[in-house]
Amino acid sequence: MVELALPKNSKLTEGKTWNKPKAKGDWREFRVYRWSPDDGKNPHVDSYHINLDECGPMVLDALIKIKAEIDPTLTFRRSCREGICGSCAMNVDGTNTLACTRGMDEIKGTVKIYPLPHQPVVKDLVPDLTNFYAQHRSIQPWLQTETTEPPKEWKQSREDREKLDGLYECIMCACCSTSCPSYWWNSDRYLGPAVLLQAYRWVIDSRDEATGERLDNLEDPFRLYRCHTIMNCSKACPKGLNPAKAIAELKKKMVERRY
Amino acid sequence: MADARSPADRPLSPHLQIYKPMLTMMMSIVHRATGAALYFGSLLLAWWLIAAAAGPDYFEFVNGLAGTLIGKIVLFGYTWTLIHHMLGGVRHFIWDTGKGFELPTIEFMARASLVASLGLTAIVWAVGLWCTGAP
Repeated sequence: MVELALPKNSKLTEGKTWNKPKAKGDWREFRVYRWSPDDGKNPHVDSYHINLDECGPMVLDALIKIKAEIDPTLTFRRSCREGICGSCAMNVDGTNTLACTRGMDEIKGTVKIYPLPHQPVVKDLVPDLTNFYAQHRSIQPWLQTETTEPPKEWKQSREDREKLDGLYECIMCACCSTSCPSYWWNSDRYLGPAVLLQAYRWVIDSRDEATGERLDNLEDPFRLYRCHTIMNCSKACPKGLNPAKAIAELKKKMVERRY
Repeated sequence: MADARSPADRPLSPHLQIYKPMLTMMMSIVHRATGAALYFGSLLLAWWLIAAAAGPDYFEFVNGLAGTLIGKIVLFGYTWTLIHHMLGGVRHFIWDTGKGFELPTIEFMARASLVASLGLTAIVWAVGLWCTGAP
């Protein structure tokens, strides 16, 4: 359902300023979303100042520096620091991205950091993605076959393998899904760009034999058709994939199979 | 964790409040808004046609309203709304064929349809005013 304003317990308040720029250096302000489940307060935005001369180039480097040197309570997910695990997905400078692959030189002025939009917050920059993962499970993202298993492996021509390019690279970071206004309003019933891209990845896999059932599962006014081609997903994807196009291909498949 | 809030109490992270407004996203909102506004425009059109059927006096009255400054502004807005929504429809039609999803293309189509809708509206009104001889 469309709710433009935040619920009462989610309204943002001004937080505290942890430190000020010292002496000389390339100082940059970071305004970071904070919420703790333990103090009963509303979410607030805290300010930190980091000397970029003494910090790595990526937004994640700054977050790690803040946690290590200024405020150990700052909470965020991170792991690989090279854009392959998807853990540090968050909203940086107004768009969803991975903190580890977003360079600070790409951002002008104050760096604003929020959790992935329109998700329940566990703490600070950590969203609860339970629903997102449950939706992923619902499209059964694994190979399904009926024919007798070949002795060695399921083979695929080079051409058929190429159809998976631009799809298999998805790391399920949720940047695209949580950038989508349609997903914000209807995440209980609309699957969202990331999960639909995965659905398409299995629909066009030449080895998969459950194509019909997969498309049946998407024949629903919400699951697939809440996509209104707003394009936030394709603009957000930190891996350069195009969920909007994958969804369009799915919609095409739905029509084609009727004739 | 005894004092930790239960999942139901978790705040919702900010969304529209913090997401960067981008032309493509705005065009989607405007497409929706113009679509809604067209219901109102269709009512106006229906009113005008009913007036024409109701006889010369009432038609003269409704036509007179449309000719006032406010009437003209509303009609101008209706023209743009109609053309803008139509071009948005063309954009969606292209996307429905699975084409035009490259990021530069998306950006170009957004800009082009905005410019075209304003341009076409201006042309429609220029031709209209010229044909009726109005200033």
